[in-house]
Amino acid sequence: MTRIPNVTLLSLIIALSAVGTAQSADVPDVQTIVNKANIVAYYQGDNGKAKVKMTITDKRGQKRNREFTILRQDVADGGDQNYFVYFQRPSDVRRMTYMVHKHAAIDKDDDRWLYMPALDVVNRIAGGDKRTSFVGSDFLYEDVSGRSLDEDEHELTEVTDAVFIVKNTPKKPGSVEFSYYTVVIDRKNFVPMKMEFFDKTGKLYRTIESTEVKTIQDFPTVTKSVVQDLKTGSKTEMEFSGVKYDLKLKNVFQERYLRRPPREAMR
Amino acid sequence: MIRSRRVMTAMLLLAMPFSAVAMGQDEEPQEDHVQAFFDKLETEYHGFYEVRSGYRLQNDPQEKDMSIMEARYQFDLFSMRDWGDVKIKGDVYGDGVEEKGVFDLREANIFARPTDTVDVKLGRQVLTWGTGDLIFINDLFPKDWQSFFIGRDVEYLKAPSDAAKISLFMDWANLDIAYTPEFDSDRFISGERISYWNPALGGPAGKDNTLSTERRREFFEEDELALRLYRNIKSYELAVYGYWGYWKSPGGFNQTMSAAVFPELYVYGASLRGNVGKGIGNVELGYYDSADDRDGDDARINNSEMRYLIGYTQEIGRDFNAGVQYYVEQMLDYNDYEDNQPGGMPKRDEFRHLTTLRLTKLLMNQNLNLSLFTYYSPSDEDVYLRPIANYKASDNLSVEVGANIFCGDEPYTFFGQFEDNTNAYLAVRYSF
Repeated sequence: MTRIPNVTLLSLIIALSAVGTAQSADVPDVQTIVNKANIVAYYQGDNGKAKVKMTITDKRGQKRNREFTILRQDVADGGDQNYFVYFQRPSDVRRMTYMVHKHAAIDKDDDRWLYMPALDVVNRIAGGDKRTSFVGSDFLYEDVSGRSLDEDEHELTEVTDAVFIVKNTPKKPGSVEFSYYTVVIDRKNFVPMKMEFFDKTGKLYRTIESTEVKTIQDFPTVTKSVVQDLKTGSKTEMEFSGVKYDLKLKNVFQERYLRRPPREAMR
Repeated sequence: MIRSRRVMTAMLLLAMPFSAVAMGQDEEPQEDHVQAFFDKLETEYHGFYEVRSGYRLQNDPQEKDMSIMEARYQFDLFSMRDWGDVKIKGDVYGDGVEEKGVFDLREANIFARPTDTVDVKLGRQVLTWGTGDLIFINDLFPKDWQSFFIGRDVEYLKAPSDAAKISLFMDWANLDIAYTPEFDSDRFISGERISYWNPALGGPAGKDNTLSTERRREFFEEDELALRLYRNIKSYELAVYGYWGYWKSPGGFNQTMSAAVFPELYVYGASLRGNVGKGIGNVELGYYDSADDRDGDDARINNSEMRYLIGYTQEIGRDFNAGVQYYVEQMLDYNDYEDNQPGGMPKRDEFRHLTTLRLTKLLMNQNLNLSLFTYYSPSDEDVYLRPIANYKASDNLSVEVGANIFCGDEPYTFFGQFEDNTNAYLAVRYSF
């Protein structure tokens, strides 16, 4: 008789610890989460193609449009990548091409080229500050091609049934304008759904939201996103169409195709 | 009088669609029927309307005060076919300074990729290669210095070539071959729009004293061949070049000194470009073999030269770029040149040193572009400044103000001779 409570206690402990293990098996560690989210956001398939339409709306409501086709080829999953961008709009940048050999290693600058058709000139662009605006929009270079995971310390701050929330704090705070940013990641497919950037005083000043996610060739894909700059009152919507993965793509990431883009980029 | 009235009418006609479209701006241009016509032909139709007006900032006894006054329409047609692409681009403009209407066919070419390793482009086309920024050593394709100095868009610095360009892509290197069957000279400074130092006159000359030249017009005889062999080694771009043709701007005078000529010229060179520190570095050099004066003892013909360039570009702040270049022209056989130069003529230096500085800053969401390009020669003691401010009021409409400022101690140095041409201009462009 006297042993019964002990058994009960023991089974209770076992049961509790079983729950504990079940939960930690279900919640991967933060590095795994950010790795997976990074792959989902920037490395789906071996390569990809999309037509991108950007609408930049300033605080007075004036709109500007950008249209371009983007081709991507991964050199290594989660590592180096090549990008090719062919501009269609506005007309003063039409037929310009832009190429990046992105190097994942923090200490190695990306190689970037720009071709201007009116002058037939291929310019090499100094690999500069990646937190500058991409084509005058509210998206930054780093938003488009991805911020290296090694730049930040990652911390899993919240787990709900639907999402993980990760707080990212830069290892070199002086190199960026934010003090930290949070990412809300969808638990079922690891798509980053919302990013919030906080300035040096801890005030929210910039958000990026995935407003439409579709499954294309089995890959969950953000097809609409919007960035809001709360300081300037400006916002940019980005819409992806014609998304394709794992194309039969030759090595188009070279000067030959900068001067005359591959048909894949022009159609 | 009648003539200038006709020109004014033409300019107004050209400017009219511009103002009409500019008023209904922001949304689709009112050209839907034209656009629809080209859509049916599966042809992309784009272009712009532009008015550009500029004046000299001082009196030039050789030229008009008005440095540029034009209303321009550019059309750009492009069609992709199964076998290749067709491109036709042309400018029509009313020129208020020369009081005439002009049609300038900028491009008319076909492009094809017959095999995986060959690209071919035939016809009128703009060609560029080399690593310099507004300095050209191994790029011996025609330039339009007149357009550059009077303040047209920088696009017009490159004059088109009537050429065949064949590109071969091999595992170990790529080869570009550009063959021009009839010599295409630069659109050089002739006095028409920009006054200059005329060595035959020993003084300044302008529109009433334009430089007469002996053109080279023998098809397939007076031709040009340019080659570039290049490859990337890691992220460094290495290239070697060859050119067999003629001095692109007049490089001498005929026997009687009555006309400038384009003597034979062969050029051999190399370049290297890649990441250096936080920026991009480039070096380029070329040997100019002036075949009509190999000994350097003919005072009428340019001597052979060596040309050297080293450059570096870096981002120095957010949307703020700086580029510096150091360039040297070395005249070969200088003693022979000195010995044979007639007395009283200003002598060139053996070495011409030239430095450039480019500053570019983007503001207002990259819609305002402020740039300054400076040429300064410590040996010639002359300067050429190109400040430009360009504002994109919308995706279609842009406004530009700029200036071309020349100064120098002597009236015969490379930039010093253009001192009286210092000008400022304003342009408004509607692109569609």
